[in-house]
Amino acid sequence: MELLAFVVFGLAALVSAIVVVAHRSPIHSTLSLVVTLVSTAALFLMLGSPFLAALQVLLYTGAILVLFLFVIMLLNVQRERTGAAARSPFQTWSALIAAFVLAGAVCRLLWDAHGEAVLAPLTEDFVALRNTASLLFRDYLLPFEMVGLLLLVAVVVASWVARRGGADSEEESR
Amino acid sequence: MSVPISWYLLLAAALFAIGAIGALTRRNGIAIFLSIELMLNAANLTLAAYSRLLGDRAGQMVVFFVLAVAAAEAAVGLALFIGIFRLRRTIDVNRINLLRW
Repeated sequence: MELLAFVVFGLAALVSAIVVVAHRSPIHSTLSLVVTLVSTAALFLMLGSPFLAALQVLLYTGAILVLFLFVIMLLNVQRERTGAAARSPFQTWSALIAAFVLAGAVCRLLWDAHGEAVLAPLTEDFVALRNTASLLFRDYLLPFEMVGLLLLVAVVVASWVARRGGADSEEESR
Repeated sequence: MSVPISWYLLLAAALFAIGAIGALTRRNGIAIFLSIELMLNAANLTLAAYSRLLGDRAGQMVVFFVLAVAAAEAAVGLALFIGIFRLRRTIDVNRINLLRW
């Protein structure tokens, strides 16, 4: 049962990840990334962290990808040009080779390290949200507050950078 | 039957490689950003898998902070793209070469 769920969600994540990278339209890429992220949320759930699964759906697909879609609509981004002039084959092939070498090396390392590692059964103690919360708000309270500060700074900077009358109107007024 | 942890790790490695291909070959700035989100997601999956393997919830905390930083990064990056688009009318990274030379 768990194996079946892993195969289904893992395949969904892989296929939609390939679509994210391969599709020319940014809208389709974004919508397909939603599938990847929701599948990953299901995998988080299987790994015994319902907190992360909920956060993944709420924060990633609910907030970040909506932001992406909003900006894509706002900018009216065209599809990438096709044809030989659009992308150099050298760049594509070197990227493919580099990525395959990277993936092969990482897979080999991980397999050597954990190929036969057997999981202990999930315990109530590990999954319980109460324990996660006490860890987050007790042991990791300072990083938590700092992340809040980081988000505040990010919002202020983002609204300042993207404000109407940015660099181009300053140049015009000079 | 239980799924071995190495399968999760291999899946995460494959997702990371796909994201790396996207970040290196796409020219649309937003598509590059999406690929970077994909790579962050793969790293999160690895962290969650190790957290499960070691029975230590610290890995989940790291995933939480990565999510928050990814949100901040997306907000700032997209604002930069809006600013660049106002200036240059394009977000094609081959044509945004202001700082290249």
